[in-house]
Amino acid sequence: MLEEGLILSVKNLNVDFNGHKILDNLSLDLKRDSTLAIIGPNGAGKTVFIKTLLGLINYSGNITWQKDVRIGYVPQKLSVSRELPLTVLEFLILKEKDTKKINDILLKVGFKQKAEHIHHDIRVLNTKLGSLSGGEVQRILMAYALLGNPNVLLLDEPTAGVDIKGEETFYELFKNLKKDSDLTIIFISHDEEIVTKYADNIIKLIHEH
Amino acid sequence: MNTNLIFLIILGGLIGASSGYLGSFMVLKRMSLVGDALSHVALPGIAIALILGINPMLGAILALTLAIVGIWYLGEKSQIYPEALVGIFFTGSLAIGILLTPEPEMFEALFGNIDKITNLDGLIIILGTVIIFVLTKLISKKLMLGIVSEDLAKSQKINISKVNLTYLLLVGLVVTLGVKFLGTLLTGALVIIPAVTARNISKSIKSFHILSVVFGIIAATFGILIAKILGIPSGPIVVLVGIFLFLFSFLLRSK
Repeated sequence: MLEEGLILSVKNLNVDFNGHKILDNLSLDLKRDSTLAIIGPNGAGKTVFIKTLLGLINYSGNITWQKDVRIGYVPQKLSVSRELPLTVLEFLILKEKDTKKINDILLKVGFKQKAEHIHHDIRVLNTKLGSLSGGEVQRILMAYALLGNPNVLLLDEPTAGVDIKGEETFYELFKNLKKDSDLTIIFISHDEEIVTKYADNIIKLIHEH
Repeated sequence: MNTNLIFLIILGGLIGASSGYLGSFMVLKRMSLVGDALSHVALPGIAIALILGINPMLGAILALTLAIVGIWYLGEKSQIYPEALVGIFFTGSLAIGILLTPEPEMFEALFGNIDKITNLDGLIIILGTVIIFVLTKLISKKLMLGIVSEDLAKSQKINISKVNLTYLLLVGLVVTLGVKFLGTLLTGALVIIPAVTARNISKSIKSFHILSVVFGIIAATFGILIAKILGIPSGPIVVLVGIFLFLFSFLLRSK
């Protein structure tokens, strides 16, 4: 049982790949509705940590989520082939049948009702996922995560490939989402300015030699 | 046109349709080569069935199921997809199959013989097609999400490895259905060629699935008709019709 007010408790978490220790005895308690940033150099295990929290990687130790948890996950990068004939709508519909909800979420993540650029509007729905720019894919992934009406977002460098203006929009969006509802965010970032501005807790993972 | 020919063409159309539908996922999973070569595994099964005097389809599906569970297991347990192992394993089965197959039936086992299709085979093909369409439709969303991102699928508690196994077993079933029409060397081609053709000109998943099915039907039915008229084995003609469609779609795409 998890203490009230907490959304996540991690105790003595260990992950190793082929005898190589990636996460060494990590413990933390995370309050509901807080924002946790994970920072650290490449290869320190940030992505592994997020994936372990999702249950994608074998670990020892304890990971306990609050019972009512609904997790939305934005992976680091999606390598979608241009050859994949999957439209944005067909992708989002894998999670949510209601197209009105899909439209609302697309507006939230910054796609406009009217065309400004070629993809930059709701018509993005009929564009192939593989034809989008890196930043657009990230926003679609964000929309996908939000479609499950999550109360926890796990974001693995959500703004990789997004320009600076877009990055600010993203984090402003998180701020607004938090205002509207109970939302815990765990995100990986390399941007110190963003981290200090938006996170209320920071974990720094380091290499041990 | 006699009723027997109509019967054969309808059965061929069903096999083409289910091959095309399953093939559309195979191509997206970047397993075209596996799909193509998988049919070779059927040969030792057919050979043993012929020696024992039982229905070759039964031998084929047993051999395929065994091979598929093996491939699936390797894919799950090793980090890198064991493409090379698949190549060795499949050609190995082909070699063993050729040694085992009784001489008079060799040509038929390799390239198919539609004159040997019985009413029972027809019934199996109809049932098999229904099973393939229903089950594939049921797992299609999970399969698709797994193709886009396995991590994303797993984060939604989808058991991707179970979905993949179900899918591969269905591919084994479709290869089995096609084996009498096209033979072990060529049934895999009917899984891959219509799907690759459809991908050339599809702008959405929906149109991709539909076109894969349509091209599968066209390749199988026209191939059988032409083969019957000219009195030659159906397998090679079905494949050639498929390739002709592929070339056509390729021209359309580069426009």
